[in-house]
Amino acid sequence: MNTRRIALGGIALAGLVAFAASATLSGAAEYKVEDEAIKASLTGKAGDAGNGKKVFLNRKKGNCLACHVVASLKDQPFHGQVGPPLDGTASRWKEGELRLRIVNSKIVNKDTIMPAFHRAEGLHRVLKKFKGKTVLSAQEVEDVLAYVMTMKE
Amino acid sequence: MKRKALVLAGVGAAALAVPSVMTFAAEDFGKYQVGDTRSGYTFAKVETRAIQDDDFENPGMLWVEHGEEVWETVDGKAGKSCKSCHADASDTMKNVGSTYPVFAKDIGKLENVENRINRCRTDNMKAKPWKYDSRDMLGVVSYVKRQSFGQPMNVKIDGGAASWFKKGEEFYNQRRGQLDMACKHCHVDNAGNMIRANTLSQGQGNGFPTYRLKWQKPGSLHRRFRGCNKQVRAKPYKTGTDEYLALELYVMWRGQGLPVETPAVRN
Ligand code: HEC
Ligand code: HEC
Repeated sequence: MNTRRIALGGIALAGLVAFAASATLSGAAEYKVEDEAIKASLTGKAGDAGNGKKVFLNRKKGNCLACHVVASLKDQPFHGQVGPPLDGTASRWKEGELRLRIVNSKIVNKDTIMPAFHRAEGLHRVLKKFKGKTVLSAQEVEDVLAYVMTMKE
Repeated sequence: MKRKALVLAGVGAAALAVPSVMTFAAEDFGKYQVGDTRSGYTFAKVETRAIQDDDFENPGMLWVEHGEEVWETVDGKAGKSCKSCHADASDTMKNVGSTYPVFAKDIGKLENVENRINRCRTDNMKAKPWKYDSRDMLGVVSYVKRQSFGQPMNVKIDGGAASWFKKGEEFYNQRRGQLDMACKHCHVDNAGNMIRANTLSQGQGNGFPTYRLKWQKPGSLHRRFRGCNKQVRAKPYKTGTDEYLALELYVMWRGQGLPVETPAVRN
């Protein structure tokens, strides 16, 4: 069901090319969306999957298990059911498509509950201490992505 | 403090590594379900429901009892108590819990029970208004709403209330905060799903003030709104403000037909 929603959102946005606001204004790195993907690393560097796992689990950072089940992490308590299980997700999506979903899922599904992890503008009534800040830094996105890329079937 | 994280791990909840998809079909929730509308009671654990159901065990009843005492206590320069004007609450207050917030013509505004009580205190008793989540306010609100216990929620959304209702609906569906979620993302789209250790409910308001086991005390509906706003890293409004009054009307309307449960018990 969730996958179908992505696909539908995708059709409407096919061929879309969008640019994020400049880094200095938004607190977010600049990136380019093409073919429903962000193909280039946000930092120009590769991600570190080890650190990515930490950010993925950290409840004040990715907190990804709040919404997703990951079978290989069953030593961790309280996996959520709000999103689809992430097992095998890297076999279903290309790296750039996954980067886009972590940076801002709303580009492919405008009604999603999943937070945009690398977006600082266009948000309503953000608490002062988070204002102008992204949930994850550009390098943290790359690190989480490197970890998610290990979730192959 | 830990509430900065999206959702706290449920206090004392059994560790559940990978939850299976829930099925509700078999359970009959009786009066706590009306069509597709379900009270938070139906999402709560069986043990939590049992505490709510037993008047002697339900800790919220201590606030109802405190409220009854305050109801009869003279306060303020006019030398009056609530009872001086309203006599027997079981008679004069019996429809309040199921019909508030209401549009009050004399002030030209929507008014909930807390704000109505403070208006009585300042105008009729010449007494100081209470803080929103103070012991006396929670007590009297609990006592007053308890007089409607079991009655189906039945708020009016026409007439003077119509524009407030519309604002409440907009609030409910508006994304906010760094995590950019609206009420509806959790309580409409995901009711029944686990988010971390919590089962998301429909976010109904029929049980307030609700005793929270996590806080070891009851809280107002507006305090809950503040908590849900802060969870998504959004700036909350103050309790009792127009924004939350409008939201209260919309939330109560979502629960039309559910019984007044005050004082409900939740995690
Ligand atoms: C509040 C809920 C929530 C949080 C937190 C969340 N997600 Fe999601 N995620 C979803 C939902 C719902 C979907 C389904 C797609 C949609 O809604 O567009 C999804 C989809 C995905 C997908 C696509 C999965 C597939 O196979 O189709 C990936 C990958 C993903 N999320 C990764 C992450 C990562 C990594 C994090 C943490 C950094 C995270 N999510 C945090 C709710 C969430
Ligand atoms: C990130 C998810 C999330 C968002 C967004 C959210 N809530 Fe909640 N809400 C929760 C959780 C978790 C609980 C506790 C479990 C439950 O009852 O759903 C809760 C509980 C409630 C309750 C208490 C229900 C009861 O039976 O005691 C109300 C009322 C409520 N929310 C209203 C709202 C309103 C109004 C908004 C928007 C301003 C909102 N929520 C936004 C997660 C959320």
